[in-house]
Amino acid sequence: MTEKMSRSLSRGLLHTVIIFITLLWLIPTIGVLVTSFRPAQDVANSGWWTVFESIFSSVRLTLRNYEVVLSRLGIGRAFLNSFLITLPATLIPLGIALFAAYALAWMRFFARTFVFMIIIALLVVPLQMTFIPILQIFNKSSLAGTFPGIWLAHSGYGLPLAIYMLYNFISGLPKELFDSAAIDGAPPFYIFLYIVLPLSVPIIASLTIFQFLWVWNDLLVALIYLGGTPDVAPITVQISSLVGSYGQDWELLTAAVFISIVPSLAVFFGLQRYFVRGILAGSIKE
Amino acid sequence: MYTKRLTPWFYLIPALAILGFFLVYPSFHTLYLSFFGKRSHTFVGAGNYIYVFTNRVMLTAFRNNVLWVAVFTTVTVFLGLILAVLFDRVKYEVIVKSIIFMPMAISFVSASVIWKFVYAFKPGGTPQIGILNALLDTFHLPPVAWLIEKPWINNFCLVAVGVWVWTGFCMVVLSASYKSIPKQFLEAARIDGAGEWGVFWKVILPLLMPTVIVLATTMVVFVLKIFDIVYVMTNGNFGTEVIANRMYKEMFLFRNFGRSSAIAVVLLLLVLPVMLLNLRRFRREERR
Repeated sequence: MTEKMSRSLSRGLLHTVIIFITLLWLIPTIGVLVTSFRPAQDVANSGWWTVFESIFSSVRLTLRNYEVVLSRLGIGRAFLNSFLITLPATLIPLGIALFAAYALAWMRFFARTFVFMIIIALLVVPLQMTFIPILQIFNKSSLAGTFPGIWLAHSGYGLPLAIYMLYNFISGLPKELFDSAAIDGAPPFYIFLYIVLPLSVPIIASLTIFQFLWVWNDLLVALIYLGGTPDVAPITVQISSLVGSYGQDWELLTAAVFISIVPSLAVFFGLQRYFVRGILAGSIKE
Repeated sequence: MYTKRLTPWFYLIPALAILGFFLVYPSFHTLYLSFFGKRSHTFVGAGNYIYVFTNRVMLTAFRNNVLWVAVFTTVTVFLGLILAVLFDRVKYEVIVKSIIFMPMAISFVSASVIWKFVYAFKPGGTPQIGILNALLDTFHLPPVAWLIEKPWINNFCLVAVGVWVWTGFCMVVLSASYKSIPKQFLEAARIDGAGEWGVFWKVILPLLMPTVIVLATTMVVFVLKIFDIVYVMTNGNFGTEVIANRMYKEMFLFRNFGRSSAIAVVLLLLVLPVMLLNLRRFRREERR
C-alpha cells in the first residue's frame, strides 16, 4: 500500500468517526423534535424514525401537542414564569457583582485579602448547605413561593462566580487608565461608570449568558423556594411534574421540552462566541 | 479622609450583605442544625452523622456518587480531549463543535426527558418506540429496561445523560488549550517517528495536563451535587439514589432537618479539599 493510499484511508476513517459521534450526539434531540409533531396514536405505536421511512407516502404531522401543553398543561404559564424569574435573577447579581469586583480590583483597603478569600471559598460551597435556614426565613417573611424570594436566592448563589470572573477581567485592565483618570481628579464612581463599565462589556456579555442559562435551566433552587405551586413554577419544575403525571405521553412531554429549550438554544447559538469566551475566562486563568 | 477609607465599602456592601445572608450565615446554621433532631429541638450529637454513614440507602447513594464522580469526570474530560484533537483536523470543525456543545444550553430536566425517551422500554413482541430497544430489536435481542436494570445498567444510563450535556464544555476548554500548543512541537515529535497515538500520549496530554487537572476538579465539584437527572429519571428508585436527592427527600418528604443538614455538611466536607487548594493557590498568586 502506498503512503498516499494509507493517508487517504486514515482521513476517511477520521471523517467517519467524527460524523458517527456527531450523529450520536444529535439523534436524541432530533427524536424529541420529530415526536413533538406526531399524533399521539402514532407515537405510542411506532418509533419516531419511521417518519423518515414513509416520508413520501403518508406522514401525519400535527401542532396539536403544542396546543395541549401550552393551554391545558400549564407550559404556557410556566414559560412566562421562567422569563419573569430569569431576567431579574440575571441582572441583579450582575450589577451587584460589578461594583464589588471593581472595588476588589482597584481599591486598596483593610481586609481586602480576607474578603477575597471568602469569595473564593464560597465558589465551591454546595447550595445544599443553605436551603434549610433560608427556607425557614423565607417562610416567616412570606418570601417563600414568590418571585422576589427566588430572585434574591439566585442573586446570592450567582454572586461568587460573577465577582470572581469580573475581578479577573477588571484587574487585568491597564493600570495607566486608572492612574491618569485619578490624576485628572475623577472620582471612583466616574472611573467605574466611564472606564470600567464600557471596557468590561465582553465579560459582562459572557456572564449574562452564564447566569441566564443557569437560572433558566435550574430545577433545584426553584423546587426549594417556589415549591410546586403552578402559579409561580418555572418551566423546568412544570416539566418534571409532567414526567410524573404524563410519563407515557411522549408526544406531550417532547413538545414541552422543545418549548423549554427554544429560548436557551437561541441565546446559546446567537451569543456562542461570548459564552465560549466566558468559559475560557472562568476555567483557565492565564 | 474618612470618606476615602469608606469608599470601597460602599461598593462592596450590597455584595457582602447578600453573600452573608444567602451563603455564609446559612452554612453555619446548617452545620449547627446537623447536630439536632428532626425538628431541631433536641440535641442528638453525632446521631445524624451515624445515620448518614450507616443507613442502607445512604450507602447506596455514596456508592453511586463515587460512580458518578469516577465515570462522569473521566469520560467528559477524556472524550472532550479526544474530540478537541480530532475536530482540529477537519475543515467543518466549527459545525461539529457546535453540535457537541449544544446540549450545554439544555436543562438537565429536558435532557432527562430526551434520554428517557431514548431508553423507553416496552415488553418484547410489541414495537419499541425507544431507539435503543428498537436497535436491539433489529438484532433480534430482547429489550432491556434501561432505567430499572440495577445496579450497573441504570446508573450508567443516568451518567450517560450527564456526559451528553457536559462533554461539550470540556471539549471547548481543551480545544482552546490544544490550539495554543505550538504546532512545531507536534511536528517535531512526528519527524522523530512518533505515531499519532504516541504524539497524543507523549506530547499533547502532558502539555495539556494543567488544564485537564483544573477541568477534572471542576467536574468533580459539580457532579458531587448531581440532582436533577436522578430526580427526573428515576427519583432515586431501583438503586440509583444519590446524595443530593437524598438530602432533598429528607428535607421535603420526611421533614427531617437534622438528617438533611448532616447530608449537606457531608457534601461540603467532600468539596473542602478543593476549597483549600483554591485558597492556597490564591494566596500564592497574591504574594507575587
